[in-house]
Amino acid sequence: MRTINSDRIFIILIYVFLIVMSFMMLYPFWNSVVISFNTGTDTALGGITFWPREFTLENYKVVFQDKRMMSGFLISVLRTVIGTAISITCTAIFAYGMSKKHLIGRKYFMIMCIITMYFSGGLIPAYLINRELGLMDSFWVMVIPNIISVWNMIIFRTFFLELPEGLEESAKIDGCGNWRTFFSIVVPISGPVIATLSLFAAVWHWNDWFTASIYITSEHLMPIQTLLQQILSSNIMSEQMMQTNAAAQGHMASMQNVTTKSLTMSTMLVATIPILLIYPFLQKYFTKGVMIGSMKE
Amino acid sequence: MKKDSMAAVMSHKDRKKSFWVRYIAQIDLQLMVIPALVLIFIFSYLPMYGVLMSFQDYDIFGGFFHSPWVGFKHFKMFFDSPDFWNVMRNTIVISFLRLLIGFPAPIILAIILNEVAHIRFKKVIQTISYLPHFLSWVIVSGLAMSILATENGSLNILLEKFNLINEPINFLSIPNYFWGILISTGVWKEIGFSAIIYIAAIAGINPEVYEAASIDGATRLKKIMYITIPGITGVIIIFMILAVGDILSAGFEDILLLAKNPVLQDVSDVIDTYVYRVGIKNSRFSYAAAVGLFKSIISIALLTIANAVARKIGRSLW
Repeated sequence: MRTINSDRIFIILIYVFLIVMSFMMLYPFWNSVVISFNTGTDTALGGITFWPREFTLENYKVVFQDKRMMSGFLISVLRTVIGTAISITCTAIFAYGMSKKHLIGRKYFMIMCIITMYFSGGLIPAYLINRELGLMDSFWVMVIPNIISVWNMIIFRTFFLELPEGLEESAKIDGCGNWRTFFSIVVPISGPVIATLSLFAAVWHWNDWFTASIYITSEHLMPIQTLLQQILSSNIMSEQMMQTNAAAQGHMASMQNVTTKSLTMSTMLVATIPILLIYPFLQKYFTKGVMIGSMKE
Repeated sequence: MKKDSMAAVMSHKDRKKSFWVRYIAQIDLQLMVIPALVLIFIFSYLPMYGVLMSFQDYDIFGGFFHSPWVGFKHFKMFFDSPDFWNVMRNTIVISFLRLLIGFPAPIILAIILNEVAHIRFKKVIQTISYLPHFLSWVIVSGLAMSILATENGSLNILLEKFNLINEPINFLSIPNYFWGILISTGVWKEIGFSAIIYIAAIAGINPEVYEAASIDGATRLKKIMYITIPGITGVIIIFMILAVGDILSAGFEDILLLAKNPVLQDVSDVIDTYVYRVGIKNSRFSYAAAVGLFKSIISIALLTIANAVARKIGRSLW
């Protein structure tokens, strides 16, 4: 009997813990949604937690009217779509080649790939090389250096190696070369692995703010995450030193009821919407790609 | 057999020729891998070669080939600089805090989730806990700043409500709070996603073992102690080895974004952010590359040692 009782207490504790944890996961998010829908000047008075006090859409209006923010959003969409498409296509083709046992040099190519997983030159040499290549302040710096992912290549390759051989044999007999076999036979049956890796690549592209922050200086090429980062740091500065940089000043429009804080919140949520939109798909696929995904960290 | 002996008598020239014949015959296949290998060479191997600039006084106009060699000058400069001890202390302390708190957190979550019998409840909790992983650090730092702010920051509101403080605390400008904030934000972001691996490992434990224990009258806690935890020790050790190899990577994006206030520099500077600051911001390329190389060498050494230890107890990475 004692056993049953202690188990019951244990279960109750577990449920309480998990509910508290979920609350702590969701609350910061919910709170920023609330702040983004509350008048900025009212938020400054404090006390906004679970529900808006003075509901408004003004914060969002300002964000959507802000040309720089919209251009940032567009750049983010472009780099995510172009970056993911090129990277997944090139990496898959590479992996297909690497999956062929009669490929001359296969073993050496594989060693060459694996070494890059353990050693890297680090930030500074990479920075200087991108600079030498003329990628400074170019849209392509967000795409080209990340085209080939060795991790993704290995995952694709493992998948291709497990495909039934007969499938490709029949294509060979029909006179298809490697490229045609790849595009007309292999790609159509690789849906799940392509989807999983594409989703992860897309999330990475959407969230990456650092690349643009060191390589890009033109404002019209800034992705939204980098712009947001500039606004957030200028907030801190203005709180500390009562000064704002150009990015934040422009952002703080002429609207009276809007404050930096309320605007930051609405911008943050606009930048998060795409993630929330693909999240259900992510969930569906990442149970398959979990091991992969976590190992990539 | 016949083929083998024929190959043996083939002259060197013939073999060379047949290599090219075979190569040309599969040129379409080679074209699938060559462009990718070129990209890997440019973006991974050239930078590896580029670390040699830590032994130079790299000059942006002269470039790699025309800069003078200076030996270990930059390494010495780093070891002698007043920043060295500070950066090393922060790096090691933050990493240890992560190992101590951030590492076990997802394991505990996975074990707890495993005890939940209600499938739908479990699914909902998991879905919620994954979400922060997919948000960028920019967003997460923005959320943290908002919660910790003096202007309508929820934590200050809460503390004031319980009369624990009289006026709002500007948490992100007080060095004493920084490590705590950094570690908790990291746990908040990654606990759910990191737990997936352990959940999968627990799912791999034979359910009959649990049934047998139940028949013997084991409590849930006992089952966790004697079945679940031993069942996932292998996975834990693998991730532990990786974490030890990463001990000098105390964080980068999170620290850059959370420690923007200059007063935090004394507690927030770690090797990676230091490399970024002196290298990219102050353009001291050779010096920063030297610091980066120092970090890589120690990391590889640590990974090798951790793996050797793990091998002694019967599990290893490679």
